[in-house]
Amino acid sequence: MDTVDTIDINPARELVLKPHAGWQPVNWQEIWQGRELFTFLVWRDIKIRYKQTVLGGLWAIFQPLLAMLIFTAVFGRLAGIQTDGPPYPLFAYSGLVLWTFFANSVSMSSNSLVGNQVLVSKVYFPRVFIPLASIGALLLDFFIGLLLMFGLMIYYRWPPSAGCIWMPFYILGTLLASSGLGLILSALNVSFRDVKYAVPFFIQMGLFLSPVIYPLSHVPARFQLFLGLNPMSGMIAGFRQSVFGGKADWGFVGASFAMSAVLFVAGLFIFRRMERHFADII
Amino acid sequence: MSHIITVDNLSKKYKLGTARPHDDNLREALVHGLHASWQVLRRGWGDGANSSGPEWMWALHDVSFRVEQGEVMGIIGANGAGKSTLLKILSRITDPTEGCVRLRGRVASLLEVGTGFHPDLTGRENIFLNGAMLGMKNAEIESKFDEIVAFAELEKFLDTPVKHYSSGMYVRLGFAVAAHLDPEVLIVDEVLAVGDISFQKKCLGKMGQFGESGRTILFVSHNIPAVLNLCQKAIVLEQGRLTFEGGAKSAVDYYVGAVSREECQYESHIVDLWNARGRPPRYQPWLRKLVLFTGDGKPFTGELALGAPMRIHVEFELREAITNFDVRVNFTDQYGQMIFTARSSYEPTRDWGPRSGVQEFVCELPEILFTPGEYRIATGLVLNDRCVDYVEDAHRLKVLGTDYYGTGKIPSLGFFVQDQHWRLK
Repeated sequence: MDTVDTIDINPARELVLKPHAGWQPVNWQEIWQGRELFTFLVWRDIKIRYKQTVLGGLWAIFQPLLAMLIFTAVFGRLAGIQTDGPPYPLFAYSGLVLWTFFANSVSMSSNSLVGNQVLVSKVYFPRVFIPLASIGALLLDFFIGLLLMFGLMIYYRWPPSAGCIWMPFYILGTLLASSGLGLILSALNVSFRDVKYAVPFFIQMGLFLSPVIYPLSHVPARFQLFLGLNPMSGMIAGFRQSVFGGKADWGFVGASFAMSAVLFVAGLFIFRRMERHFADII
Repeated sequence: MSHIITVDNLSKKYKLGTARPHDDNLREALVHGLHASWQVLRRGWGDGANSSGPEWMWALHDVSFRVEQGEVMGIIGANGAGKSTLLKILSRITDPTEGCVRLRGRVASLLEVGTGFHPDLTGRENIFLNGAMLGMKNAEIESKFDEIVAFAELEKFLDTPVKHYSSGMYVRLGFAVAAHLDPEVLIVDEVLAVGDISFQKKCLGKMGQFGESGRTILFVSHNIPAVLNLCQKAIVLEQGRLTFEGGAKSAVDYYVGAVSREECQYESHIVDLWNARGRPPRYQPWLRKLVLFTGDGKPFTGELALGAPMRIHVEFELREAITNFDVRVNFTDQYGQMIFTARSSYEPTRDWGPRSGVQEFVCELPEILFTPGEYRIATGLVLNDRCVDYVEDAHRLKVLGTDYYGTGKIPSLGFFVQDQHWRLK
């Protein structure tokens, strides 16, 4: 190492560590400064996810694809659900690709802090990076799944509608909802490992409470408002309309998006409030 | 305001029993009922820390000190004295309960070697990841990459996943990254306890250089010679309180003296290892009891004549059937230097097969041959080549001088005596 005679200490860079209580503002500056680390964590999660698997990245499309085949057989053929639009397999797959991303994001991120105990108890960086990086890594799987969706559209000769430009909006909504839930659940999981058992169950139920395998029009009008509170219903319904065409129900979609945004902001603050005890109780 | 670290009235309290909750919280919550889970909820939520009661313990209590720029300060103390808690607060990993710390300049802390190393990633990938976690910019890591690799002496293994590394290689890589951080303040926990001696020396050398170049180091270690070697100043922590602050040499002398003053707790020849204070926090109890006898079967009271026999019973629990286990009894001097180790795996006739449940092993030492002085007895349990439990300073041994060689003189120099025969040729 080169010998440096003196180091100038900038007195302005004083850091004060003291007890914090109650709600705290989110430290955006710190998060921005750590962006390189965040990309490293995303990259790490991508790199290690399919290590020592035979199929590797193919799992990204197997999950929604196999689910599509099963649901097509059960609901498309046996129950004969009408989609008011694209063929049932395409309809189911488009919902499943978004839903799979959401479900995996919530379950991966909720276990992320507990799965990275060493990082929580031995080193400091903005803790939000841990659950958010696990979601960031799943985006890659989602885009691979999306490519297959366009492949299926070519196969079924169903050209994308002009509404396609709205797709990023629904992806963003899904990202906000899953991040919000992921932040809250990962923080709760530190104190209550119950989360680990509860999340898979609720995700499984959520599949049936969101218009993934049935169209929204099959739901009686009086239940639609209730369904709108589930952020994923608006995102899935809107996502489909943007891809396959059809009139978007902006009130319904707007309510879901607002719900997603609220979840995200609440997630950030709840996480911020609970994070100072992570190292003590994890 | 030339102080780079200012610590004022720093305190931290933990709730006893919840510091490390078990993995099965669901069952626990059911057992303890709704009340318990409500308490945990309040704690998780951040309100619980204000309530006071007998179930709280102060890991740090009213600690104040200053560190000036360029100083290398040691932090000494027994297990559970609050060293790790202090470092965790200084590294921002946990908040203090009371008091405050002012840090000026860029701080890097190294509480563990290779934090965040992922076994499936290669050495090269882990250098970047670990560097980023310790606060290095990508460009900085790139510019120092060759230096890091050369320091770790791992050029050939850069593209091997670190899970195939030996523990020595792992430590070398981890320290090499940390040694190339360029902070104004470096906080180091006892990371040098691992790794081979020559690499430890290299690290100490690097840290020494680091101190000479005007950077500030806080150094926690059990390695008293390293503290003396590296630090100008030191503080001593005892049960969460700062009890001594001053030059490194006088702090070490104070600490060694303070440890001897605690001797009253070693009066019994039966030691409850299950609740022992000398267990580093990373271990869960497996060792249950240590019982010591003199050679004639009388309870051992802490003193033994040089050359006298000793019998040691170690009781521990195996939670599943295990064949590969090793019970260890280590003797160290007052400074923690290992003098002698007795291990069940050194028994040539051992054939204990798979064992489970509570075990009691007996070790016979026909002659204690350490030169007269004070020694400490530590005991450990290794399962499948991994240390699962260790209790430091479980008991003390004072070897009394005797005329071992039968010459009318008591041997006193060196570490041990040994039969020797001289003749004139």
